[in-house]
Amino acid sequence: MTADAQSAEASADPSRGTRLSFSAVAISVVWIAIAVVLAMTTGPFDLAVVDVGKQLLDGLPFIEIDSGLTTTERAIVTQIRLPRVALGLMVGATLSLSGAAYQGAFRNPLADPYLLGIAAGAGLGATIAITEGLGDGRGAFDAVPLAAFAGGLIAVWFSYAAGHIGGRSPVSLILAGVAVASFLTACQTYVLQANSDVIREVYTWILGRVSTSGWGEPLLLLPYFVVTLLVVLRYGRALDVLAVGDEEAASLGIRPQRVRVIVVIAASLGAAAAVAVTGLIGFVGIIVPHTVRLLFGASNRIVLPLSVLFGAAFMVAADLVARTIMSPAELPIGVVTAFVGAPFFAVVLRASRRYVW
Amino acid sequence: MNALSLRNLRVSLGGAEVLAGVDLAVERGEWLNIIGPNGAGKTTLLRAVLGAVPYEGTVEVSGVSGRDAMERARAIAYVPQTPVIPPGVPVVDYVLLGRTPHRGLFRADSRRDLAVADDVLARLDLRGFSDREVGSLSGGERQRVVLARALVQESAILLLDEPTTALDLGHQQEVLDLVEELRRERGLTVVTTLHDLTLAARYGDRLAVLAAGELITTGPPAEVLTGQLIATHFHANVRIIDDVDGPVIVPVPGRPEEGNP
Repeated sequence: MTADAQSAEASADPSRGTRLSFSAVAISVVWIAIAVVLAMTTGPFDLAVVDVGKQLLDGLPFIEIDSGLTTTERAIVTQIRLPRVALGLMVGATLSLSGAAYQGAFRNPLADPYLLGIAAGAGLGATIAITEGLGDGRGAFDAVPLAAFAGGLIAVWFSYAAGHIGGRSPVSLILAGVAVASFLTACQTYVLQANSDVIREVYTWILGRVSTSGWGEPLLLLPYFVVTLLVVLRYGRALDVLAVGDEEAASLGIRPQRVRVIVVIAASLGAAAAVAVTGLIGFVGIIVPHTVRLLFGASNRIVLPLSVLFGAAFMVAADLVARTIMSPAELPIGVVTAFVGAPFFAVVLRASRRYVW
Repeated sequence: MNALSLRNLRVSLGGAEVLAGVDLAVERGEWLNIIGPNGAGKTTLLRAVLGAVPYEGTVEVSGVSGRDAMERARAIAYVPQTPVIPPGVPVVDYVLLGRTPHRGLFRADSRRDLAVADDVLARLDLRGFSDREVGSLSGGERQRVVLARALVQESAILLLDEPTTALDLGHQQEVLDLVEELRRERGLTVVTTLHDLTLAARYGDRLAVLAAGELITTGPPAEVLTGQLIATHFHANVRIIDDVDGPVIVPVPGRPEEGNP
């Protein structure tokens, strides 16, 4: 081929760089659909897909369809399963997105949403609320989730304050997070030892669950989920620039500290809200973003949106397993995310030929 | 006309004075090599020009009026000594990062961004690599990719910190020849730091010698590179052979004798 022909060919098709592919989004949407359909129809009452679909359409404005379901079944669809699925979708999406955002902001594959002490802070907040008898952990506007939310955010704030004392690198922030988490965990243990009668209640809260009492929990999480989603997704490109290190990113005209602070605060807000509503659900924030990276590429413009979609599907599926496998008892969802998630991740890790970290 | 001028540039890091009042001007289109022993402040000087370290004194960069980082990034491109290679990123994405100062943080790559990147990839014979992951490339290929990222910034000034480190002789030559060709084609102003004195004498127009944070002298290689200067500031015992294309620095085993370099 002559040089001219080469340049003609290239100008017709210059490489456009990595983009979110339609097929990746389509695959994840199919997974979400499968998980949602199964979650809506499976349980102590097995319902037909068609009837559930009709019932959901009936709930939309200006549409009147008779689903043929009994009153009890209608209540199960609209007041029990649908809010639970909605909460699962949001919690999975939020934790996965926050994990991906933390990994990008800290350039650290082991970062998860709990890195800056959210888990320990939320745990301490919830423990204090329970031991003081402020609430019983049931219901969205109970004192326990509110105390957990406050505890998580205070922990992040402490980590930031301490991290700046030791310098401004991502590593000093991570170390500060470790220190804050240890301190708050120690406080929590102290409080628990002094109030051993509530240990079981506290651990039930800590182990995590996607249970709802109507629409309170999903609606409580919704605003934080939306803020986290909008801010973090907008910063995908900025995180890609940050991947070359603070100094080089600065030489490309961005302010690395500012990008990191904005992304981490947005991600922490969502993660703290998710923890407050569902307790601590581990592993999702690490496994989902890494699976996406291994399957579809490392650019944050791909990893962030696909983590939202796959995280949502994964959490709904995990919750389905958690509530059906020992029915009528419920397995803590953290057990399922790790028990199913860890082997699956090992398979992806082994099969992938990508070099992502 | 100066592309770059430094006046009484002082930098202190961790309480130690790294640059002690440097005055230096670089003409538009010139190639200046900064040489000096380890710890002389060469890299710090480049970082001060980038605005990456706090400094006292004046740094005037042609085309930069304020402190806006994006504006500065459109005027100066920088290749660090050890670039951070992000994991799992293909060459084309990595090179397109260089368009950040032009498109901002939140816009997608424009047609022009893609065209500039494509031109640079073609010019540096990297088109065949565009989908390869940067981390999987050899040292020489990788250095070309990093250079490509700097070139798509379309800035008039190119700062290269030890661009030949970790490259074998052939690839050292390849990179420096490429920089020279690009300088002529695009009228770039080039400032590099270099450890290899013979290479520093062969490429570029002028040398600046930095030692202990002070500018010792600047000038054409044949005038600057004397046995006396190298013995004093590098503590090296060398023989200098005057070749038609410039001095060749040959190390002589054994330390220089005190008072008799």
